[in-house]
Amino acid sequence: MKLLQQLIKLITDNEIWRSVFRHGYSDTPRNRVLQIISNIWLHLHPAKVREHGTKIRFTWCMGGITFFIFLFETITGILLMFYYVPDVNRAYADIVDLMYVVPFGRFLRNSHRWGAHAMVITVSIHMLRVFLTGSYKPPRQFNWVVGVVLLVLTFLLSFTGYLLPWDQLGYWAITVGTNMARATPLLGHEGPFSYILGMKANNDVRFALLGGTMIDAPALLRAYVWHCVGIPVIAAALMMVHFWRVRKDGGISGPL
Amino acid sequence: MEVRQEKRGVVEVKDDKVFTWPTLVAKEFLAAIFVTVGLLVYSYFTDAPLRELSNPGQAENPAKAPWYFLGLQEALVYFDPWFAGVVLPSIIVVGLIMIPYLDNNPKGNGYYCYKERKFSITVFMAGYVLWYILIYIGTALRGPFWAFFWPWEKWTHDFPTPPPLHSLPLPLGVILVCGFYFLGMTIPALVKKDFFQKLGVIRYALTMGLLLTMIATVIKMVFRLAFNVKYIIATPWINI
Ligand code: HEM
Repeated sequence: MKLLQQLIKLITDNEIWRSVFRHGYSDTPRNRVLQIISNIWLHLHPAKVREHGTKIRFTWCMGGITFFIFLFETITGILLMFYYVPDVNRAYADIVDLMYVVPFGRFLRNSHRWGAHAMVITVSIHMLRVFLTGSYKPPRQFNWVVGVVLLVLTFLLSFTGYLLPWDQLGYWAITVGTNMARATPLLGHEGPFSYILGMKANNDVRFALLGGTMIDAPALLRAYVWHCVGIPVIAAALMMVHFWRVRKDGGISGPL
Repeated sequence: MEVRQEKRGVVEVKDDKVFTWPTLVAKEFLAAIFVTVGLLVYSYFTDAPLRELSNPGQAENPAKAPWYFLGLQEALVYFDPWFAGVVLPSIIVVGLIMIPYLDNNPKGNGYYCYKERKFSITVFMAGYVLWYILIYIGTALRGPFWAFFWPWEKWTHDFPTPPPLHSLPLPLGVILVCGFYFLGMTIPALVKKDFFQKLGVIRYALTMGLLLTMIATVIKMVFRLAFNVKYIIATPWINI
């Protein structure tokens, strides 16, 4: 026992250790506070929260889990990017390689895929709980708005990823999805009143989305860039706003 | 400069605060571990789908969007693409965004309670459930050529030809739609006066407009399924 204490002292009682960890770990109120506020990641939280806000039966933990899955998808997604090239001649083969050749590739791809589905589900459950607790009411109206935008972005993230394997499933799913765009009123060439703006197959919104009149190399590249860079960056920025507002709007909602 | 913040009366917030560390952080870490383990175990046993190489010349049948959009794809049966694929989702998103500004009932803020918010909870739940019902139909009950199959039926390519569709005569359609919105707007205002007064004209009109549109969407589906009505309003420019 004494030896252990000496060892701990040896490790912790020196300049290097103290330059990293600014406080001890004995269980004092002061340390509990410091644990949160002296840690860049944890200081997203206030040092103290109202008790009901820590209850799983209140938040269902769904906002937090959605955020966690977003991080999970970021990590697995970065790993996938090492093996995948968004080139119509290669993309499919790269996915097949992931499934059959790359060590743990199948496991990696599966977890990214199922994580994406899970995120769509958890975000919609999070919205349901926020509604049921009336947490969109003043002063949190704007954070609900941010949330709705995040909901749409979550759908779009998942949707743009769907095309990347370049298989029949993704190809036709994105075909169905983007064909809607050509029916956009005014802006799609088959939409009502589009003749007013002179819309054609090669200048309407669908063309802008796909970078062409049909799903081909430019569409794959666009899906890839939106999926891996564009939408995640926007979503991450909005999540910062979202969490910041949870704090600024008085912390987690609750009965007065 | 004036500080632009909502006036809030001084409220006595009872001090029930606990330390975030470890009360909350421990739960979050546990949740993170469970989610990770769950996802990894599931991924170990279940493979993500991968079909043949894409082939623009050979359409999948049925070609389905990802499951979370199948509610909208199912709506395509009943509406033209400009509505089912563009306007309807836009209305849903804008409607969701407007919720906090339309619902001015101060009660039920920050706790679960149905009694104090019957109307808003009922409407929201109806929409939420409808969204998932449509997704279920689109995912599980729609086979080749988007034909309807019960869960116990096998998907085949030879199903009976659906009966021909017809549209309502234009005057009738216009009268029906206008009548529906007119009555839908006025009757609740007259019957539930305090509901109308609490909301005020603008909030009331927007709320009811959104609600009636949701109901009308369902009615159109029923018309289509029960009476083979293609369009309620058919004009050379726009059909609905
Ligand atoms: C990527 C998507 C999202 C993430 C990562 C996220 C994350 C979070 C987190 C971590 C919280 C703290 C409380 C909790 O966990 O419940 C929260 C609260 C909140 N979220 Fe989200 N959220 C997302 C989407 C949404 C959506 C779709 C809505 C609504 C349409 C929404 C509205 C709100 C509101 C109003 C609060 C404050 C609730 C309260 O104070 O009780 N969020 N969000």
